[in-house]
Amino acid sequence: MARAVTTQRKALNTAIAWAIGLLIFFPILWTILTSFKTEAQAIADPPVFLFFDWTLENYAVVQERSNYMRFLWNSVFIAGGSTILGIIIAVPAAWSMAFVPSKRTKDILLWMLSTKMLPAVGVLYPIYLIFIKLGILDSRLGLTVVLMLINLPIIVWMLYTYFKEIPGEILEAARMDGASLRNEILYVLTPMAIPGIASTLLLNFILAWNEAFWTLNLTAAQAAPLTAFIASYSSPEGLFFAKLSAASTMAIAPILILGWFSQKQLVRGLTFGAVK
Amino acid sequence: MKLRNALFAASALVSVTATAALADGHATTLTIATVNNGDMIRMQGLTDDFTEKTGHTVEWVTLEENVLRQRVTTDITTNGGAFDIMTIGMYETPIWGANDWLVPLDDLSDDYNVDDILPAMRAGLSHEGTLYAAPFYGESSMIMYRTDLMEAAGMEMPDAPTWQFIREAAAAMTDRDNEINGICLRGKAGWGEGGAFITVTANSFGARWFDEDWNAQFDQPQWAEALNFYVGMMEESGPPGYATNGFNENLSLFQQGKCGMWIDATVAASFVTNPDESTVADSVGFALAPNSEGIEKKSNWLWAWALAIPAGTQKADAAKEFIEWATSTGYIELVAENEGWANVPPGARISLYENANYKDIPFAQKTLDSILAADPTDPTVDPVPYVGIQFVAIPEFAGIATEVSQEFSAAYAGQQTVEEALEKAQAITNEAMEAAGYR
Amino acid sequence: MATQQSRSAARLMMAPAVILLLGWMLVPLIMTLWFSFRKYLPLRGGDQGWVGLENYARFISSSSFWPAVQTTLIIVGGVLIITVAFGIVLALLLDQPMWGQGVVRILVIAPFFVMPTVSALVWKNMFMDPVNGILAHLWKFFGAEPVQWLSQESLQSIVMIVSWQWLPFATLILLTAVQSLDSEQLEAAEMDGAPFLKRFWFIILPHLSRAITIVILIQTIFLLSIFAEIFVTTGGAFGTRTLTYLIFQRVLESQNVGLGSAGGVYAIILANIVALFLMRIVGKNLDT
Repeated sequence: MARAVTTQRKALNTAIAWAIGLLIFFPILWTILTSFKTEAQAIADPPVFLFFDWTLENYAVVQERSNYMRFLWNSVFIAGGSTILGIIIAVPAAWSMAFVPSKRTKDILLWMLSTKMLPAVGVLYPIYLIFIKLGILDSRLGLTVVLMLINLPIIVWMLYTYFKEIPGEILEAARMDGASLRNEILYVLTPMAIPGIASTLLLNFILAWNEAFWTLNLTAAQAAPLTAFIASYSSPEGLFFAKLSAASTMAIAPILILGWFSQKQLVRGLTFGAVK
Repeated sequence: MKLRNALFAASALVSVTATAALADGHATTLTIATVNNGDMIRMQGLTDDFTEKTGHTVEWVTLEENVLRQRVTTDITTNGGAFDIMTIGMYETPIWGANDWLVPLDDLSDDYNVDDILPAMRAGLSHEGTLYAAPFYGESSMIMYRTDLMEAAGMEMPDAPTWQFIREAAAAMTDRDNEINGICLRGKAGWGEGGAFITVTANSFGARWFDEDWNAQFDQPQWAEALNFYVGMMEESGPPGYATNGFNENLSLFQQGKCGMWIDATVAASFVTNPDESTVADSVGFALAPNSEGIEKKSNWLWAWALAIPAGTQKADAAKEFIEWATSTGYIELVAENEGWANVPPGARISLYENANYKDIPFAQKTLDSILAADPTDPTVDPVPYVGIQFVAIPEFAGIATEVSQEFSAAYAGQQTVEEALEKAQAITNEAMEAAGYR
Repeated sequence: MATQQSRSAARLMMAPAVILLLGWMLVPLIMTLWFSFRKYLPLRGGDQGWVGLENYARFISSSSFWPAVQTTLIIVGGVLIITVAFGIVLALLLDQPMWGQGVVRILVIAPFFVMPTVSALVWKNMFMDPVNGILAHLWKFFGAEPVQWLSQESLQSIVMIVSWQWLPFATLILLTAVQSLDSEQLEAAEMDGAPFLKRFWFIILPHLSRAITIVILIQTIFLLSIFAEIFVTTGGAFGTRTLTYLIFQRVLESQNVGLGSAGGVYAIILANIVALFLMRIVGKNLDT
C-alpha cells in the first residue's frame, strides 16, 4: 500500500483533505462553538468564531430545565440493550447462513432487509395499541425490543458477511478435534469474528441511538431518551440558537465521542461484505 | 476477552435497572405533557411549590407544539393512559370532551372560583356547558409596533387601525438596507401557524371557510382579495423568507429590532417588552388587530392553552389538585412574586385585569380588549355552520388546514400563484369533506 | 460439506431471528391491511366498519399522491447520486498518504453520529435561516441576496441535509474497498502511462462496484423512510411531501387511519418495486 510519493504531493493531499474534512465537520463545530455563546452573540452579524466571551450559561439553563442524565441513561440503555439483544439473536442465525448455506439463504437475507421497508408511521396506531395491551408503553424494555427488531436485519447481514470470510478449513479442523457445535462457535468462530462483531455493535448502537420515530412516540416520562430531550428544545419562544446548540451538543456528544474512539474499528469493520 | 466482560457488565446493568423500575411504586407521581412555551417552562420551575403543598410529585414531558399534538392525540384516541394531565388548546378540548375522553372539571373547589375565568375562555373550553379543561393562559392577537419607527415615519398608530393603514405604515417603515422590515407576519405552513393567521385575516376581509352546507369557499372573491393583499404587503414590506416564519421566527426578528410591526398572539407582548430578551423593549406600542375598510370583523383570534385530564388516568384526583394549583389566582401571585407581574400567565382570569398591580403593565388593557373583541360563535361576516375563529372546530380541520396552508405557503414563496393555491385549497378541502361525509 | 445434522442445527439457530422478524413484519402488515379496508377515524368514533377498496381509490386519486411519489424518488435518487459520487472521491482522497490522516477521517465521518432531528434543526436554524443563518451571512458578505433555502430551494436543501448525513456512511464503505485495491496492478498501469481517468474507469471503478451496490442498497432502505428531516424543516410544504410524509399527514394530522393504512400498503409496494429494480441492476454484484 505504501507508495513512494514526493513530499510535495503529500502536502497537497493533506491540504485538500483537511479543507474538505473541515468543511464537512463545520456544522458540528459551529454548533459546539455556538453553545458557548450568549444568544446575542449567536446571531451576531458578522458571525464571531473564537473571540467571544465563552460562557457555560446555556448548559446551566438546559440542565436546570430538564433532567439530562435520565434522558442520557435511557438512550444508553435502549441503544445498548437493543444492540446486545440483537447480537445474541443474530449470531446463531448468521452462523448457520454462513456455514450451512442453502439455496434460500440469499432470499432469506434479502427478505429480512425488506422488513425494514414498512413505513413506520403507517403502523403507529397498531403498534401503539399492542403496546397498551402488553402494558409496555413508556417502558425501556418495550423500546429496546422494538429497536432490536428494527436493526436485526442489518445485524444479521453484517455478521453474515464477517463469518463468511472465515475460512471453512479452520472449522473442519476444529471439528476433527471433536469440538462441539457450541464450542466451535464460542471458541473458534467468535474470537475470529470479534472485530466484525465489534463494528456491528458500534454501527447498531449508533443507529439505535439516533432512531427518532418510535423512541418519541412510544415514550412519555419514564423511558424517553435523548431524541425526546431534543424535541423540547426545537422551537421555544424567543432567541434560542445558543440554547438549541447546547442541547444539541449534549445530545450528540456521547455518541460522537464513542465514534471518535472507535473510528478505527468502524473504518476496518464496516464492509458489509463489500471487500472480497 | 475484554468484549465478553463488557457484555456481562451490560447485561448486569440491564437487570439492575429492570428491578429499579419495578421498585418505585406508590407515591403519586403525575405525568404531565406540555408544550415548550415560556409560561409552561416557568411553571416547571415552580413545581416544588405544588409538591410542598400536596405531597404529589410531577414528571414533565415537554415537547415542541407539533410533536406534542401528535403525541397526546395518539394517546387519547387509543386510551393509552401515558399521561395524567395533557396541555391542549381550544381546538381539541370541545372535540375530545364530546367524545368523553376527558374528565369533566365540574367539581372544582370553591376556593378555585371557576366563575373568575374569563367567559370567552370558559365557553371555548367547554362542551355543552361542561368545562373540560382549565385555561393556563389565554390569548387573542393584536398589533405590536415600534413607536420609534412609527414616529420616524411621521405616522401615528390609531387604537384600531385598518389593513389599508397598516400596509401604508409598513411601507413607510421599511428600510431594507438596514434590515428593517415594516411588517412581520406568519407565513409558515401548519394550521396553528400561518393557517391560523391567514384565516383570521380572511375573516376580516369578509371571507369564510365554509358556507352553511359545508362547501369550501376558497373560490369566492373575498379569499382572493385577502390573500393577494397579504402577499402584496409582505412583498413590499415583509422579511425575506417569510413563508417559513412562524410565531417564534417573528418573535426573534422583532426582538432583534428587525420588524416595524408584528401582528400576533397577545402573550408575545411580555416577551417583546422584556429588556433581558428584547433589544427594543422600551419602544413597543400596542393596537387592536386590523380590519378591512368597510368590514366590521377584526382579524383577532382567541386561543387558550389549557390543562385537561384524560379519562384513562388512574390519578384523576391528584391531577385535579394540580390543575387547581396551576390555574389558580394563587399561582399567578406566586409567579408575580418570583418573576414580576409582567410575566404572569395572562388572559385566563377576570380578577387579574382588576388587579391594581397588573393595570400598570402597558399591554394589559389591550390584551383584555382584544380577547373581549373575539367571538368564536360569530367569527365571520357571512353565516357559517361552525364555531371557532382561526380554526373550525371539527376533527378534520387540523389535517385539511395544514394542507391548505402548505399550498398558501408555496404561493408566498413564489412557487405558485395565489390563484393556483386557492384552486388547490378548494379541491383539497372539498375532497376531505367528502371523505368525512359532510357533503 | 453440510450433514443432515448440521443442517437441522442450522435451521434451529436461524429460527429465533426468522420468527421474530416474521412476527415484526406480519403483525403490523396484517393490521395495516385490515385497517386499510375499514373506515377508521379515531376522532369520529373509531372503527366504523368495512369500506372495501374505497381508501385505496381515495389515496391514489388524491392530487397529492403522484407528486409525493415523485418527491420520494427525487430525494432518494438525489442523495444516492451525491453520496456515491462524493463518497468515491473522498475514499480515494483519504487513501492517499497525508499528515493527520486519522483526524481527517474522524472529521469526515462525524456527521454520521448526529441524530437526524439535531442535524435538521441545526441546518434549518443556524445555516439556512434567511436572516440569521450563517449561509445568509456568507451570501451578504459577498454582496449577494441570501437564498431562501427552505422555501425556494426546498427539495435541494433537503437533499443536501440528508446527503450530509449519509456521505460518511458511503465514504466508510467505499474506503474499505479502496484500501483493498491491488496497488501493484495500479502501479503497473501507471508505469504504462495510463492516465488517471483510464485507471479509474478500468481498474478502480470495477473494483468498487460491489461496495457501491451495498451503499445503494442499504441507503435506499433508510432513505425511503426519512421523516425527521422533513418534519423539522418544511413540514411537508414547498413540494417536499414524500410518500412517508403523506401517510403521516393522513394518519396523524387528518386522523384517518384507514386512508393512511391504504397509503402504507402503497408505500410497501413502491419500496418493493424500488428493491426489485435495484436487484435487477445491481443484484449481479451481490452473489454472496
